[in-house]
Formats: sequence, C-alpha cells, structure tokens
Amino acid sequence: MQSGTKITSEIVSHIGNLANIPVTDEESKKLADGFTTVLEVVDTLSTVDVTGVEPVGQVTGLENMTREDVVQEERMFTQEEALRNAPRTHNGYFVVDQILDK
Amino acid sequence: MLNTLTVKEAIKKLKAKEISHHELYADIAKQIELQNEKLNIYLSLDKQVEQKAEKLLDTPLAGIPIAVKDNFLTKEFPTTASSNVLKGFMPTYESTVTTKLMSAGAAIVGKTNMDAWAHGSSTETSDFGVTKNPRNPEHLPGGSSGGSAAAVAADVCIGAIGSETAGSVRQPSSWCGVVGLKPTYGRVSRYGVVAMAASTDSPGPMGKTVEDTAILFESMAGRDTKDATTPEKDVPKLTSVLEQGVKGMRIGICYTDHSEIGKQQVSKQILEAGKLFEKHGAEVSLIPLSQKLEKGKIFTPDYAIGVYTVVQRGEVASNLARYDGIRYGNGRSFFGAEAKRRIMLGTFTLSKGYSEQYYNNAQKVRNLYLQNFQELFAQYDLLISPTTPSYAQKLGASFASPMYGELEDMLLEPTSISGLPGISVPCYRDESTNLFLGMNIVAPWWQEEKMVRAAHLYEMETPWNTWRGKI
Repeated sequence: MQSGTKITSEIVSHIGNLANIPVTDEESKKLADGFTTVLEVVDTLSTVDVTGVEPVGQVTGLENMTREDVVQEERMFTQEEALRNAPRTHNGYFVVDQILDK
Repeated sequence: MLNTLTVKEAIKKLKAKEISHHELYADIAKQIELQNEKLNIYLSLDKQVEQKAEKLLDTPLAGIPIAVKDNFLTKEFPTTASSNVLKGFMPTYESTVTTKLMSAGAAIVGKTNMDAWAHGSSTETSDFGVTKNPRNPEHLPGGSSGGSAAAVAADVCIGAIGSETAGSVRQPSSWCGVVGLKPTYGRVSRYGVVAMAASTDSPGPMGKTVEDTAILFESMAGRDTKDATTPEKDVPKLTSVLEQGVKGMRIGICYTDHSEIGKQQVSKQILEAGKLFEKHGAEVSLIPLSQKLEKGKIFTPDYAIGVYTVVQRGEVASNLARYDGIRYGNGRSFFGAEAKRRIMLGTFTLSKGYSEQYYNNAQKVRNLYLQNFQELFAQYDLLISPTTPSYAQKLGASFASPMYGELEDMLLEPTSISGLPGISVPCYRDESTNLFLGMNIVAPWWQEEKMVRAAHLYEMETPWNTWRGKI
C-alpha cells in the first residue's frame, strides 16, 4: 500500500464535483494542504499488520434486527408535512433544478 | 437558587411539594438571563416550558428542566445542528430520545449549541458562535456537545442530553467539570438524531452527578424498532447499583506514560484514583501499552486516530449527502469550512481506487481494537484513563490544526470505535484557573452498571464534584 498521498488542487476540484460541494480555486489550494496533513496521520495505518484480519463495521455483533412488518402510521408524513420545509414547491410537488439538457 | 439542584433533588422536592414548578423555572429563567448571552449556550428557548412542566408532576421525572443538544429533532421546535444549512428548519417529527424523556416527565428548556453537525471538539465550528466555558470564559467548553456541558456547569438546566461519536459527551464534560455518560453503542436509539458517524453515534446524558446521569439514562435507553442497532436487552437499573462499590472488581489503569501526558496532573489523578479503588477492595493494575496487538497489553491509541478519521469522514460524506436543499434546508453552499473538509475527505477515501487503501484497511485496524478490548475485558471489569490529556484550551485553539479534534480525543477513540460505554467524572480542579480534568471509566459492552458503581464511589470519596458541596 502506498503512503504519503499528495493531494493537489486538481484532485480537490474533482472531489468537490463528486461531493457536490462548490469550492473556489482559492479554497481548493487550502483544502489540498489540509487533506495532505490529515492523510499523513491516516497513512500511519499502512504500517499496521492486518494480514488475515477481517474488516469490521458493526461492533456489537447484532444481526438481522427486524421489526414487525406493519405500517407505523406515526412515522408517515402528510403531504403538507413532507413539503413543509421545502424551499420551493409547486402544486404539492418539490421543485428541483433541471439536470438534463433539453 | 433552585437552578443549582440536581435531578435527584429537584424531583424529590417537586414531588414533596417543597418547591413548585413556578419557583424552579423562575430560577432557571433568571440564570439564563444572567448567563446565556455571555456564554452562548442555548440556540433556542421554549417560552412555554413552565406550562408544559406543570402538568408533569406525577411522572418519574416530575417535570424537571433539561437542555438538549441541537442535533436531536424536536417536533415544531427549531433544530439546526448548529449549521446554517438547517437554519429555519422546523422538524416534523420527534427523536426517540426526546420522545422518551418527555414521556418520562422531562421538559425541554431549550436546544444547546454544538460544533456544526457535531464535527469538532470545541464548539468553534458552530455557525452560531462559540460557547464559552462557564468555569472560565476565556476557555473552550469542548465539544461537540459543548453547549450541553456548559448548560450543566452554568446551572441553566437541571440535566442535559448530548451525543457522542468519539468523545463528544465525555470530553466537554471533562472540560466543564460535569459528568458525562456515553452508553454502549446501540443502547440508546439514534432515531431522529442528525446523523453524523452512523457506526459510532451514541446519545448520552450529561449531569451534575453520576446519579443524575444514571436517572436520565434509564429514561433514554432501550430497544427502538426505529433503530436496528438497538438490541432486545433489558436496560440496567443504574440508580439501584450506585452504592455497590468496587469490591472484588478488577480495574486496569491504561498506562499513559508513553508521551507528554505522563508528566501531567491528570496522570497523577488517575494513579490516585487507582489507590482509592484499591482501598475499597478492587484489584488494580497498570496495563502496559503495546505498538502491536499483544495479550494483556493495551494496543496503542495512535492508530485509533487514523481509523476514526477515515471511518468518520466516510460516514459523514454519506450521511450529509441528503442535504441537497430540495426537501428541506438551505443547500450545500451553506456548509461551513469544517463540514466541507470532512465531506470531501470522506468522498475521497471512499472513491474508486482509494476505498481499499483507506476505508477497508481502517475497518481492519478497527477490528484489532475490538479484539484487544474483548481480550482485556476477559481480564478486567473496568479500564480507567484520563478523559483528556489537558485542561480546556483557550478560545481560538481549534483553528490551529485540521486534526484538532482528533488529537484532543486521543484517549477516547479506541473505545469509541469499539462501541464501548464510558463515563467521565471530574477528577481535579486547578485553583488558579478554575479549570477541571476528567477521568474516563470504561466498562465492557452492555455493562454500564459497573462503570457507574466506580464513578459514584469516586465522586463521593473525592472533593472534585462541585454539586456535592465539598469544594
């Protein structure tokens, strides 16, 4: 595994696109330096011997926690509730920006 | 001043009709008037709280006033997670934790400031200004639950609720000289908590005494069909085991002499605590530190920072993807600098070509910590260590490093990424600065009763708790 990953402002712009986070050129330079510093700490993990160790994401070992398959009405929104916090609505719909070209 | 009452005392006096809700809430309001603007603790206040509380006398919590971190959704009451993205947002449902607390008879005075999205250990990433430490306002309260810790320390509530992914309940509790209890991951439902790092998020009580956190814990915890990480396990009755002491317990001190920390006051306090527990019948030993996984030794916390950084950033990138400004909120350009950093770093480490190198590798190292604690808890009932290496830092300190939070949380991270419960109790007060240190007591999974027994004993036998009236 490689270490010492150097993050350039080009990579930052690419990540900004992936994450849908608007960043200015000036910000990407600063962010790039910050990321390089953080990854230096993260890269110490590459020195740990993890041969044969399984990755773990769930630490308490619970499996297949299900609930009864019944509708929980208290968790349902009315149309009014669902739209209540939307910045833009039209005739009971959310309004979104066009993402496909005409 | 009734606002200085503990949860236990307030319930007792209300039920005995020694005091009225009106008197109690008047003193709380007076203290808020005196302190809130200066310290920036509450982001929003419920003007109707007294009327709500008056109807709760016959409930277990009798209508006591509590403060709640602003990342718990409260129906028809503003919830921002201290971010401009959620400014103006009005939740249309209630979190499980606040639902349970209210039905047990707590009344929510207001929502407290925090690091925006709980990203940080200082409250300095809040879009609504930093909270100041009530013990010494030139210093930080810690974070991310800094507002809730400050609310307890400043007596602007009787008890408070925070949430922790890696230190966010215990670190501010330590810095503000209050008690913070982080339950086992899954013990308390995350439903309706603004999601941060889903595999470690744990809501927890913060209070003036160990007993108060135990009382609040019992009203928060338990299986919730709305959160699949909560098991069908009985909630331990912590309040009934407090007096049981530590006789026969095997307690391991996590040996911290591996860095600068060993020279500091906090290490001396932890060693003193070990002697106290020994005097009360515990078998206490120092656990040596190891750079690799070894039986009977504690695996260096150094790698936990890297694991937490990768896992937390990855989960943040996923969780905060929902803030698109379409269904609610103000859109992604409203994220502050720290949230942007974390979302983007998480996006990077999960992106094609990098996820094996970073994310999967981190989850393997996480497994080493898990194995280490499984093995240690076969040998010990409790592990103790300093909650933080240092006193509360000065305002502005968090801007010095992009890794500020992680470096501060160093001793808490190994246990947090493993889902273990812990409690922080005040273990020292510096007379010249009025700043506090905390001791972190960690118990095995689902065995919170063990840690509160030790914590309560320590609190009663030492002068460091300000509400117990000895300093």
